[in-house]
Amino acid sequence: MWVDLIVIGVKLAFGLVVLLTTVPIMVWVERRGSALIQDRLGPNRVGPLGLFQPIVDVVKLLAKEVITPAGVRPLLYILAPAIAVIVALSTFIAIPIGKDSGLELFGHAVNGFIVAPDLNIGLLYVFAIASFGVYPLLLAGWSSDNKYALLGGVRASAQAISYEIAMIIAIVGVLMSSGTLRLQQIVDAQSGVWMGFLPHWNVFSQPIGALIFMVAVFAETNRLPFDLPEADAELVAGYHTEYSSIRFAAFYMSEYLHMTVAASLVTVLFLGGWNLPWIDIPFEGWAGVLLSMGVFGIKVATLLWFFVWVRWTLPRFRYDQLMALGWKVMVPLAVLNFLWVGVAMALGYM
Amino acid sequence: MVVTIIFLVAAAIAVVFAVLTVVPRDPTKNVLSLVIMSFAMAAVFAILGMDFLAAIQIIVYSGAVLVLFLFVIMLLKIRRIEALGSGRPVQALLGALVAAGIGGMMLVVAGLLLPLQGAVLPGAVETGTAFPIGRALLSTHLFAFEFITLLLVAAIVGAVYLGKGEEE
Repeated sequence: MWVDLIVIGVKLAFGLVVLLTTVPIMVWVERRGSALIQDRLGPNRVGPLGLFQPIVDVVKLLAKEVITPAGVRPLLYILAPAIAVIVALSTFIAIPIGKDSGLELFGHAVNGFIVAPDLNIGLLYVFAIASFGVYPLLLAGWSSDNKYALLGGVRASAQAISYEIAMIIAIVGVLMSSGTLRLQQIVDAQSGVWMGFLPHWNVFSQPIGALIFMVAVFAETNRLPFDLPEADAELVAGYHTEYSSIRFAAFYMSEYLHMTVAASLVTVLFLGGWNLPWIDIPFEGWAGVLLSMGVFGIKVATLLWFFVWVRWTLPRFRYDQLMALGWKVMVPLAVLNFLWVGVAMALGYM
Repeated sequence: MVVTIIFLVAAAIAVVFAVLTVVPRDPTKNVLSLVIMSFAMAAVFAILGMDFLAAIQIIVYSGAVLVLFLFVIMLLKIRRIEALGSGRPVQALLGALVAAGIGGMMLVVAGLLLPLQGAVLPGAVETGTAFPIGRALLSTHLFAFEFITLLLVAAIVGAVYLGKGEEE
């Protein structure tokens, strides 16, 4: 009993530290990365290569005055940023970030590096919590009593629902080929080779599904080219126009947390988790756990860089283009992927 | 013991917020109460061992249907709705009758199910509830399942037709 709690507590603390550490790192990567892409220097005054800039930024944000504008709905206005962070943090507990190598901690099986290992419906849990991620945007936009914020919130809700449909249909292909809702088993199903020479990752066996999921993830995390809810050229700052100080920081932080969670999900579902291409490593003992987490981390880091790269490369969609893409292109393509997986499984290719 | 306490708390939250879904005259509050109620329902499902239903409850209701409700309310800027009891008297009477009918039916069903207490879906314990529910939908209840898809297609066609408006 007590050992159970300690093991879960250790894993929770570990997950929290890892997740929260990615935020300042990603802020730095984003600022330096955008500078690199736009051929300028970026922050380079504080610390070597400007590495301490995020720390200074945080201190600055915390030291600012917390302003509650007149006319807001106080309860919802304060709850919205809190919900944003809660949602972003709680999706992470069902995501396995390292292989279950039979390790024991104080005589208790660790069950791999996932906080909730006994969740039969891990994937559904993640989507259930993630589908709640649109509420903070909606509530912030509505409770701010500001027309730009309201427009941002309304856009966020329409966008989230449109892209969630394509996203979930794209997932069905993965579920069919691996036959389970447990994320650990989905990763295990992607080991070995497919068709004799390709790694058995879902990105190779269902490329359309992977593409759809990736695009939908950009829309769900409100990153460019889908950042219509905040569209700074039209809506000032969209749903968080009226937020300042720590409350603004909460929204800012949740965006990066969502990115990390999304990158981990793409890794688990389509990039084979901690599996290395063409090489079968048994991942045993502490070395195995660390190795599997390292492989997983490298894949996630690459995807996170991809997020930054796309943001500073593509322009923003127009709103009607965004909706047309979601309903007329993504949903039919996702159904096509679903059909392909069914046919491939029936013919024994998968 | 712990399970009973969690159940009582979840059930109390569900009842309180079900009432709050109907009573306040501010539609946004009503929808947000419904969101919390659907979370409490998901908790009840989870306690009963129906993990799949719990997740689906949140994905479908909190995640999609109620977001659409909020979207419409914000888009139309509905600030307040009519006070309770401002409808026709016959509405209150019909509403009370329907509520009493449904409540009575549920009590009868609960009474009938009492001897089956603790029974779960066959196979649910080993594999979780997703597998047996999927199996049942595509075998025992195949007709109802296919019929619902037909109904949904009809609804979509109707919605598109209404949304298109008059031909110019």
